[in-house]
Amino acid sequence: MLKMHDVSKIYRTDLIETYALRRFSLEVTPGEFVAITGPSGSGKTTFLNVAGLLEEFDSGSYLLEGRDVRSLSDNERSQLRNERIGFIFQSFNLIPDLDVYDNVEVPLRYRRLSGADRRERIGSALELVGLASRARHMPSQLSGGQQQRVAIARAIAGDPAFLLADEPTGNLDSLMSRQVLDLLEQINEMGTTILLVTHDPELARRAQRNVHLVDGQISDFRAYEPHPAVAAGLGSTGAAGA
Amino acid sequence: MLGYYLRLALKSFGRNPGITALMVLAIALGIAVCVMTLTVYHAMSGNPIWWKNDRLYAVTMDNWDPNHPLMPDSDLPPHEMTYKDTQFLFASNIPLRKVVMYPTLGVISEAGAEPPTQVFTRVTTADFFAMFEAPFLYGNGWSASADKPPQPVIVLSRAENDKLFGGANSVGRTLRWDDHEFRVIGVLNDWFPRPRFYDLNNAAFREPDATYIPYGWGSELQLLNEGESDCWRPEKLDNYKDYEASDCVWQQMWVELPDAATRERFQSFMDGYWAEQRKAGRFQRPKNNRLTDVAQWLRDNQVVDNDNRVLVGLAFAFLALCLINTVGLLLAKFLNGASVTGIRRALGASRRQIFAQLLIEVGVVSVLGALLGLALAALGLVAVHHLYAAASLGERGGYQELTHFDVVGVVWAVILAVAATFAAGLYPAWRIGRLSPATYLKSQ
Repeated sequence: MLKMHDVSKIYRTDLIETYALRRFSLEVTPGEFVAITGPSGSGKTTFLNVAGLLEEFDSGSYLLEGRDVRSLSDNERSQLRNERIGFIFQSFNLIPDLDVYDNVEVPLRYRRLSGADRRERIGSALELVGLASRARHMPSQLSGGQQQRVAIARAIAGDPAFLLADEPTGNLDSLMSRQVLDLLEQINEMGTTILLVTHDPELARRAQRNVHLVDGQISDFRAYEPHPAVAAGLGSTGAAGA
Repeated sequence: MLGYYLRLALKSFGRNPGITALMVLAIALGIAVCVMTLTVYHAMSGNPIWWKNDRLYAVTMDNWDPNHPLMPDSDLPPHEMTYKDTQFLFASNIPLRKVVMYPTLGVISEAGAEPPTQVFTRVTTADFFAMFEAPFLYGNGWSASADKPPQPVIVLSRAENDKLFGGANSVGRTLRWDDHEFRVIGVLNDWFPRPRFYDLNNAAFREPDATYIPYGWGSELQLLNEGESDCWRPEKLDNYKDYEASDCVWQQMWVELPDAATRERFQSFMDGYWAEQRKAGRFQRPKNNRLTDVAQWLRDNQVVDNDNRVLVGLAFAFLALCLINTVGLLLAKFLNGASVTGIRRALGASRRQIFAQLLIEVGVVSVLGALLGLALAALGLVAVHHLYAAASLGERGGYQELTHFDVVGVVWAVILAVAATFAAGLYPAWRIGRLSPATYLKSQ
C-alpha cells in the first residue's frame, strides 16, 4: 500500500539546512497498524505529512497504492487525500463554526456525493464513534475526547484505505486516550491501515509494528510486542512483523 | 457546491464581522463616490439627445471681424448668427426640419388672477418641438403657418402651467403675455435636457423656458434677445429694423438633416450663400461655415470644464484606493482563516475548490458593498440636491436636476465595482490556495 524508498525532506533557511527525513524507507502493507515513535524533532510529523501528501519531498520515491506520487498533479493529490486517506490530528482540527454533522461532512462534500449518500455515511460514522446524538452540537460544546471522536468519524466517513493519526491522544487524559485507541483498533480490525505517530510507548505497543525515528531516520524497526499483561491474559496474538 | 460555498461565506462573515464590515464599507464608499461623481458628470456632459446625434446640427457662419477672430485661441465661428443670415438659410427646403430661435423675457398673467410675473420665453419657429422631441402633456405645438404672420398661440412649460392653471389642462385658455392675449395650444410635460444643448450660450443648465411663442412675434413686437448678442463692430441700431439688418449675431439656428447626402446639400447651400455674401463685402474671414452635431457642439462650447473631468479622475482613484484596501483586508481575512483552509485542503479540497470558495466569499462581499454603495450614493445625491437648492430657479430645474440617478451609469458603476472587487479578491484567493496544506496545519 505505502512504499517509501530513500525519501529525504529538507527544510532550508538562509543559514542552515535541516533534514527532517534522511533517506527514509518504509513499506506498509494493507491492514497494518504501524506506530511511529521518536523524540521531538525526529521527523515523525514530517513523515506523516509526506505520507498523507500534505507536503512534498526532495528526493527518493514514494508509491502509494502503486502510484508514484511525484507524478501526481495537485488535483490528483487532493483527490487521493479525499478518497483514500483519513487524517486524525493531535489538536482535533475541527472547524469551529461548523457543527458535528457539518464537520464530518466536509471531506464528503469535496467528493461530490449525493445528499442521501452523505447522510448515510455521516450517520454510520457517528454511530461507530458513539456520537450520533450530538450531531448538531458545536465542537466547543464537546469534551476533548468527544472532539477527537468526531475527528475520527470525519476521517472514516469517506471509507479511506488508511488513516494517518498524529498524536491523536496527545491532548487527552488517559481514559479518553484508551477510548480513542480502542476505536482505532476497531477500525483497523475492519481492514483500514493505520499509521499512528505517538510519543507514548504504551500506545505504541498497541500497534502491530513499531518504527522508531531519530533525526529523520529509522533507528529501530521492531515487530509488535504485546504488553506482558495482555500476553498473559489473552495468550499470543501473533505479530504482523516487518 | 455553490449553495455550500454561500453557506460557508456567511459563516466566515460571522467569524470576522469586523473585517467583513470594513471590507463592505470600503467598497461601498468607493462605489458611492464614483456613482455620485459619474452621475453629476454625466448629467453635466452627456448628450441628452444622443439618439439624434447624426441628424441634428447647429448652423454657424463666421461673419466676424476680418482682422480678429472671435476667440484668440480658437477657430470657432460665433455661436449665433445674424437675423438676415438665418432668414436666408431658413428659406431652404433642404432640411427635414429647421429652427430659428432666441430667448426673450415676457410678462405673463392669466386673466388677472395671478400677479404678473416675468418669465423666460423662447421665440421660435414651429419645428422646435418635433426636432428636439419636447414632450407634450396637453395639446401640441403650432404649425409652420402660425410662424408668419404670427398667430397668438403659446405653449407653456409644465411648471408654468402649474403656476397659472393649477396643473389643469389649459389648452384653449387665454392669458396675457406682454399685454397681448395668447391662446394656450400646448403644455409641455417635464422636460429637462441637461445641458440645454440647443441654447448653451445662455445658462446651459438652467431650466427650460417657461413659455414658447411663434417666431414672427419677435419682429412684430420687436422682442429683444435677452441672451447672448454680439457685434464685432459699432452698428447703427436706432430701431428694431436696424437690429435685424445689422451684422450683430443674436439668433440660433438648428437643422435636422436625416442623411449624409442631405447634409452635403445643405452645406453646399450654405457655402453658396457665403460666397455670394462675400462678394457683397460680408464674410471677409476665411470660410468657416459649420454644421455641428450635438456632441461636438457640447465639446466646442466646453460644457464640461476641466474641474469636472478632474473630479471624475479623482473619484476613480478613490475607488482604486478603496479596492486596494479591500485587497489588504481580504488577505488578512483569508490568512486569519488559513488554518481552516489547511484543514480543508488536508481533507481533500483542491486548490481550485478553495479558490472557488474564496471567490464566492469575495463575490458576496462585493455585492453587499455594491448595494450599500448605491444606498450611500442615493443619500449623497439627495445631499447634493439640497446643497444646490439655493441655486435653484424654481421647484424644478436648476442644478438640483443634475442630481438624479442615471440608471445606465449606475448599472455600469455597479458592474465595475463588483468586477473590480472580484479582481481585487483574485490575488488573495489564489495566494491562499497555493500554500502547502501542512503550512497551516503546523500552526495548530
